[in-house]
Amino acid sequence: MSRHAKKFKFRLYVAGDAQNSAQAIANLTALCRAYLRDRHDIELVNVFREPKRALADGILMTPTLVKLSPSPAPTRIVGTLSQRQPLLQALGLEALAP
Amino acid sequence: MKPYRSPHFRTPLKAPTGILGFDEITGGGLPRNRTTLLLGGPGSGKTVFALQFLVHGARQCKEPGIFVAFEESAKRIVANAEGFGWKLSALRRKKLYFMDAQPLCDMVQSGSFDLSGMLAALGAQTKAMGARRIVFDALDVVLALLPDTATKRREVYRLHEWLLERELSGLITAKAGGDEASTISSHQFGFMQFMVDCAVILNHGVVMGVSQRNLRVQKYRGTSFDENESPFLIGTSGLEVDATRTTNRVHASVSSERVSSGVKRLDTMLGGGYYRGASVLITGFPGTAKTTLGGAFAEAACRRGERTLFVSFDSDKNEVVRDLASVGIQLARFVKNGRLRLASARTITGSAEMYLGRIKTLATEHKARCLVIDPMSTWSKSGSDSNGHSVTERLTDWSKANGITLVCTSLLDEMSGGKDGVSTMQLSTLADTWIQLSYLLQAGERNRGLSIIKSRGTAHSNQVRELILSDAGVTLADTYSAGGEVLMGTLRWEKEGAERVATEVTEVAGKLKRVRLDAEEAELGVRVKSLQVELQAKQVEKALLARTTEIHKGELSQGRTRMDELRGADVAAAGSTP
Repeated sequence: MSRHAKKFKFRLYVAGDAQNSAQAIANLTALCRAYLRDRHDIELVNVFREPKRALADGILMTPTLVKLSPSPAPTRIVGTLSQRQPLLQALGLEALAP
Repeated sequence: MKPYRSPHFRTPLKAPTGILGFDEITGGGLPRNRTTLLLGGPGSGKTVFALQFLVHGARQCKEPGIFVAFEESAKRIVANAEGFGWKLSALRRKKLYFMDAQPLCDMVQSGSFDLSGMLAALGAQTKAMGARRIVFDALDVVLALLPDTATKRREVYRLHEWLLERELSGLITAKAGGDEASTISSHQFGFMQFMVDCAVILNHGVVMGVSQRNLRVQKYRGTSFDENESPFLIGTSGLEVDATRTTNRVHASVSSERVSSGVKRLDTMLGGGYYRGASVLITGFPGTAKTTLGGAFAEAACRRGERTLFVSFDSDKNEVVRDLASVGIQLARFVKNGRLRLASARTITGSAEMYLGRIKTLATEHKARCLVIDPMSTWSKSGSDSNGHSVTERLTDWSKANGITLVCTSLLDEMSGGKDGVSTMQLSTLADTWIQLSYLLQAGERNRGLSIIKSRGTAHSNQVRELILSDAGVTLADTYSAGGEVLMGTLRWEKEGAERVATEVTEVAGKLKRVRLDAEEAELGVRVKSLQVELQAKQVEKALLARTTEIHKGELSQGRTRMDELRGADVAAAGSTP
């Protein structure tokens, strides 16, 4: 299926080693492992280390997940990504859910 | 040993806001390097207040600032503020940074999150531009995203800590429903009010159909401040707060110089005129020539070359000029040469504060030394009485502080009868001079009477005088008291006539007597003269007599000697025998 062949690009803004950021990283990697094996790309941005980038990208809250591709419009999801169902919906992956 | 001085005291403790009046209330502005909470309902002026704080810092205090916009986009805020003439676009390059932080509407929430990202970004920007002031506009918008009170509280504390750590003068605005903001407990920002060092509440309400804004400093740690509600308005250059009375204002210059009231005999009654910088109240029923007295004062001021502002609430400015010209007060030429500014305040609508603000602005623009407000009682119609009173108080304070001589007229409502206090808005107690105009009904006539009820620091006439208007001007007539009543109008004229006749009779009688006395004097003069002549004649006669006697004597002795010679008698014998 060609739709599944598309690569997902994510960017996750985190606040150093804050607890909710660590949770978000764990939740995102778990999700990718479950549904998007080998077709995802995660970029981590530490806002403490790259505050200018956070400013330029308009990041208010951490953790924030941005889906860069596939389009349409990039989706922003804030939080620890712990509620999987709304997350999958937001990412357009609900078809993959059991 | 050097005395220990905390470094705390070396830096000024306040960050001036540049908001007219607010810095006076708080004794210098918002707490420096501390956090201030600004609460207010929709449209209460929070954003303007916050922006003005930043603009003033950037322009006057060399303190660059950051504006974090949670609600409106930076673009719209800048566009809205364009009208205040703050030149934001010039400041935006280096001294003023706008951060768009509106939460995106399509943002999805999943699990807990915090504000670290924003604070990290702001930290970088603060460092880059050396910002000293920061505004979080509508923090409630972002707090609303947080799931529960505990999280909200945690994030607010995080923000507060962040501000303190960087020693920024922070201003957080949040929506609160007007007056309810005063009751802390019922409010979701209650804990913020306890946390911050200063809390300011803006109110925007409608009292009797008139919009009114006021501001109150709820708390301010470590400083004294004016705790009352102070009205404010959003003027042409931002917020203007009307501080009632603060210690800075004691320096009102007290002058003993007199200025003419424009009516010569009234000046005499007042012992030389009004004091410069005094507040004069002229009260009376409709048609008692209040405006005329105001106009006379304005004309006299213009003649002296003083810039004058005449605010009329009743009539159009051209009407004022025409009406006053009919009683010999010529204002047209002073309007033409710019010395007199007439303003018709019928066009101003709004609260008493609005009137006050407008009048202050006009007077300042015109550099007025004399100010006439006709009539002031209009104010009491807009809004509550207490409000009108406080406005009146501020007007007199303000005019005194600026050395402006203020003449206000006030209408007494015939219907309200004895309730003078209401229509004069208690200006009567504040005014330095109070002139009462009235009608006196006597012998089927209405005549205008003028009396001075009070005049501070001046000996003044206690008499009721008749005020006479004619095309030659305004004057006061002498009054005749008869049987304990002051006579006016025809009665006065009759009395005057009678007195005139009496005077004439006396005059003629006097003349007659004088003629008689003249005659007597002349007669006596003649007699004196004839006696003098007689005296002279006697004297001559006397002298003649004396002379004759002498000659006679001489001749006698000569004759004897001759006789002796002739007889040949010797000298010795003659000597020895007398």
